[in-house]
Amino acid sequence: MTSSTDIRAVVLRTAGTNCDGEMVRAFTLAEAQTDLVHLDRVIAEPALLERYDLIAFPGGFSYGDDVGAGRVFAVKVREHLFPALRAAHERGVPMIGVCNGFQVLVQAGLLPGNEIHAEPDRPTVALAMNSVGRLIDDWPGVEYDADSACIWTQGLAGLEEPVNLLPLASGEGRFVPASDDVMRTLEANRQIAVRYTSDINGSAGRVAGICDPTGRIFGLMPHPDRYLEWTHHPYWTRLEREQMRGDPPGLRYFINAVQAVSAGRAALAS
Amino acid sequence: MNQPSAAIEPATNAPRTLRRIEVWPSEQAGDPRADSVKKQAGDLGVECRSVRTARVYLIESPLDDAQLERVRTGLLTDPVLERSHFGSEAPGAGVEIVEVHPLPGVMDPAAQTVQDAIEDLTGSADAHVMSGLRYDFKGITGEQAEFLARRLLANGVIESVHREAYTPGSFPELPPADQTLRHATITTLSEEELKVLSREGHLFLSLDEMKAIQDYYKAQGREPTDVELETLAQTWSEHCVHKTLKSSVRYTPPADDIIQWAGRPGVTVHDDGTVEIDNLLKSTVAAATHELIEEGLDWTLSVFVDNAGIIKFDDENAVCVKVETHNHPSAIEPYGGAATGVGGCIRDIMGTGLSAKPIANTDVFCVAMPDMPMDDVPEGCLHPRRILKRVVEGVRDYGNRMGIPTLNGAVHFDNRYIGNPLVFCGCVGVMPIDLTHGDAEPGDRIIALGGRTGRDGIHGATFSSAELTDEHADEFSHAVQIGNAIEEKRTLDAILRARDHESGCLYSAITDCGAGGFSSAIGEMGEKLGAEVHLDRAPLKYDGLRYDEIWISESQERMILAVPAEKVATLQSICDEESVELADLGEFGTPDRELILHYEGVEVGRLGMAFLHDGIPMPTREASGGVGAEGQRGKGAEGEEDAPADIDVKSTLLDLLRDPNIASKRWIIRQYDHEVQGNTVIKPLVGPGGIGPGDAAVIQPVPGSKKGLAIACGMATPIGDPAKGGDPYLMALAAVDECVRNLVCVGANPDKIAILDNFCWPSCDRPENMGALVRACMGCYDAAKAYRAPFISGKDSLNNQFRTKDGSLIEIPPTLLITGVAEVEDVSKCVTMDLKAVTSDLVLVGGASGASSSMLEHGPVLAKLISDCVQTGGVLAAHDVSDGGMAVAAAEMTIAARAEGASAGLEWEVPPSIGSGGMFEFLQSTYLVQVQTDRLGESVLERLSGYADWRIQVTDRGKLDTGDANIPVSDLSAAFHSTLDW
Repeated sequence: MTSSTDIRAVVLRTAGTNCDGEMVRAFTLAEAQTDLVHLDRVIAEPALLERYDLIAFPGGFSYGDDVGAGRVFAVKVREHLFPALRAAHERGVPMIGVCNGFQVLVQAGLLPGNEIHAEPDRPTVALAMNSVGRLIDDWPGVEYDADSACIWTQGLAGLEEPVNLLPLASGEGRFVPASDDVMRTLEANRQIAVRYTSDINGSAGRVAGICDPTGRIFGLMPHPDRYLEWTHHPYWTRLEREQMRGDPPGLRYFINAVQAVSAGRAALAS
Repeated sequence: MNQPSAAIEPATNAPRTLRRIEVWPSEQAGDPRADSVKKQAGDLGVECRSVRTARVYLIESPLDDAQLERVRTGLLTDPVLERSHFGSEAPGAGVEIVEVHPLPGVMDPAAQTVQDAIEDLTGSADAHVMSGLRYDFKGITGEQAEFLARRLLANGVIESVHREAYTPGSFPELPPADQTLRHATITTLSEEELKVLSREGHLFLSLDEMKAIQDYYKAQGREPTDVELETLAQTWSEHCVHKTLKSSVRYTPPADDIIQWAGRPGVTVHDDGTVEIDNLLKSTVAAATHELIEEGLDWTLSVFVDNAGIIKFDDENAVCVKVETHNHPSAIEPYGGAATGVGGCIRDIMGTGLSAKPIANTDVFCVAMPDMPMDDVPEGCLHPRRILKRVVEGVRDYGNRMGIPTLNGAVHFDNRYIGNPLVFCGCVGVMPIDLTHGDAEPGDRIIALGGRTGRDGIHGATFSSAELTDEHADEFSHAVQIGNAIEEKRTLDAILRARDHESGCLYSAITDCGAGGFSSAIGEMGEKLGAEVHLDRAPLKYDGLRYDEIWISESQERMILAVPAEKVATLQSICDEESVELADLGEFGTPDRELILHYEGVEVGRLGMAFLHDGIPMPTREASGGVGAEGQRGKGAEGEEDAPADIDVKSTLLDLLRDPNIASKRWIIRQYDHEVQGNTVIKPLVGPGGIGPGDAAVIQPVPGSKKGLAIACGMATPIGDPAKGGDPYLMALAAVDECVRNLVCVGANPDKIAILDNFCWPSCDRPENMGALVRACMGCYDAAKAYRAPFISGKDSLNNQFRTKDGSLIEIPPTLLITGVAEVEDVSKCVTMDLKAVTSDLVLVGGASGASSSMLEHGPVLAKLISDCVQTGGVLAAHDVSDGGMAVAAAEMTIAARAEGASAGLEWEVPPSIGSGGMFEFLQSTYLVQVQTDRLGESVLERLSGYADWRIQVTDRGKLDTGDANIPVSDLSAAFHSTLDW
């Protein structure tokens, strides 16, 4: 696949990562030059991250998820990569964690990320086992906060069903804040960028995804990276042609991020 | 809530200690695992007041307290969701504890993860971890706790149950193995003694085979070593060599047989009416493919020879498919059996050609009725509900972790599967078209990649070839395994990098370790060259394995590669980066084409490859009948249950929708990730509510290409059931027909369908069962030729029968699964089976009742016709008419269309010619097609006019209205979803 920008994205994979293909494709379709790099390589040389304008934590079952979903990946980030990621964040690099990647971001202390200190904070939110006690694969309806700073979801608030769905496939996707205060802060800061339209997995406040207060670090359980073409829609065979105009919502996340990087560069240049 | 206080252990600083850590869910996290146990206990009649669960980690290590504290807080505990402590929480008053740990030697993936993470966190590679789960029950008796432990929480085959917080002082050390070379005495044995040796040595070889081995060693003038005998038993097992299907058969057909015997390939018709078939598989399933290729079919690339069949997908890519069964292990340990079944089939794909990337999984299960009373379950069997639940979880956990979408499947219920459930696991892969073949070269290193070898899975190949009995769970516990999907995923990542290396593929051949372990993998790869193996070089999970155990262990997640010596270093560096273990076990190629085994410098085995692979005697098998009683034949088993002409349509339809064989499998399907890899364009469940049972799934094997691959299956067990008057010949035709119909309904090209066979049969030592197999094979041949759909791979599992404690025999009905894949030229033209809410007609196309051989004439024509109509447009929905007849098919289409605010319905008059009973009849080669009312639709109707004479009106009234009955679609949907929504 070709790409026509010089914006560079990195997708971090490790043992058990399995949604790296769709994540790479998403950034590539959004015209970023995308590399798939093993986590161990970046741990050995954290300065590698300096090459990139966008960082992605893809879905999967990193290290088997046996101890807790995303736990071991997050421990490695906390132990070895936190300073490099913090520097990237300060440089304005947007980051996304999808599904297992979201679980990593919250346990690594990068989300909700109200203040990113030199040392990773203790997690204040978590993704627990779905209330039904098993994995759910479905396409729930979602709604966006038009006033959220999230750079990834800009312009999506106007979307309506039936196109305004996202694919979800997770066992541990139930959003749990450590306290009501945590939830209130997320609400007040407009960090809850995307919610489910109904209670699908028991998430507090129907939260599907949150961003940090800058809107650049973003994590969500559903997979925008699996909604890059209209034929990914679960019942596209009954949609009208005019309902399938323009870029599919999932792809728009990644186009948004590439545009945000461009805009950031333009601002810097002027 | 009354929280018992935690008894925290005092800190100590011992050089090597065993510490226990308990991790409990926090208040805000809740405990869905406990909720689920409480509910399931209730289903078993045990009402618990409360259930709490904790993860338990036992860590034996030299770590100091500070390090262990870091492991506890940093690794094992989420501060939001969990609280944890060392030692064990004292149980409150009236609490019954059940704690479950894996038995020593059983794969414990969580423990492995923790060991690796501890190394990363503390630098200590010396931690030994065991994981476990603690359940605290309130409001039940100790006896009830034991009952739940046995029935719900643990399987004694792989797990130990403790009634207290298990805190051993240290883990038991396995004694070193006695590596003395052992010989078996065979040359002097009598026939009776040979039989005893076969059974008691778990060889499961026939007397003829034992005698062939005896003759070989007599000629050699020596006795076999134990490992030689094991090697022969593995290689000659039904599982590995398919000796029944490849044998010659003398068959006595029934009088007035509907099968025409004269002129068939490999068949000689004798004057006395008997027929002789030379190599059953070659003369039927394989013959069809080879004849089609001779007739010009040019898109198969590899059939029957590799681990999977390979077909051309486009100019650059090939697609390969394999379907395996894992029945016996799943009967004893459904979770591990199903998971390792999936893992094994995925490895087949990884070991096809020079390796393919797995892109889709399928799964089909046959189990006894889920509502079977507990008292009816024979001793030695698990309840079918537990089997199904655990099998689904096994497939889910392995497939999802591998990142392979599980896209197609089916479940068939029949009480004769009680002792012998069937678990079919399929996998589809994609590979570069120039990497579809590989051959080991003399001098290539024998390289093992992936998991370590343990004592798990010993005798799986021979075990799976035997009849099950009530004592098998104990006798064959060592054949059962737990998989570790992440090990396999890492291995896959490494192999694909080695395959696609910039200098070219780093190996010359690859295969997986499946049944028979190293023995089968290396034995097969070295068949033409010979191989010299040093068993002491295999990395082991733990000490204490004998050389013969290393050789035949079926430990999971291992692959064997033939690697040119100069490329081993490059492969090693890839493996290092992917954290995959590599071991060099020896070399391919020996002067006399022998298999030579060493252990620490001692030769422990030497067998000629020629004898190993070609020495097995192939006696002619006797077969007769295998078809239902006279008079019932030709109608299929469904005929037996013919409904009277006038029946209560409403209650019949609702009952059918509730029948587990027809009811929605949503509960299963939604546990599988069917979107991973992002290439699924037609999902297994379709329509606006995501509840319509789609006919076939469609994926894009090459992302971005408009070309797709449809995946479907067909199974028509009741039609072939001799015990119910069925004919396995017609069953095979119907299964292929159903598979083809499912594929064309979504828009697949009927000229590009490749199919696979999976025979699961009771013992073919009984001539009637062998006869049933002969008939099914003939059906496969006729159907493949008629539909021009080549078989590209297949597998059989025989001896699926269960001997109860009182000696009675439960044979499964002969079961044939047909799996099909087909090209979709342009995925944007795909259609789905949900009724679309526009002005339109629904037409019944086809409509011949029952199952008969006339299917061969009409089926292919209709498939082509439906496909053409879908391609030209105007078709809004298409669905095949099978179990439950057109009424059920129509009901499914309305249920699928159901969504908030939308209310598609149907209205029809029952034609007097078929009566209301006819609406529920299985119809061969029949479709329901929704056609738009416009010019395009008119042209479709015109094309269908010769085959469609029954129009059904599509309404927006949200009801199914037949004049006799008027049923809201909401009622249909409720019935459809009531049975299997666990």
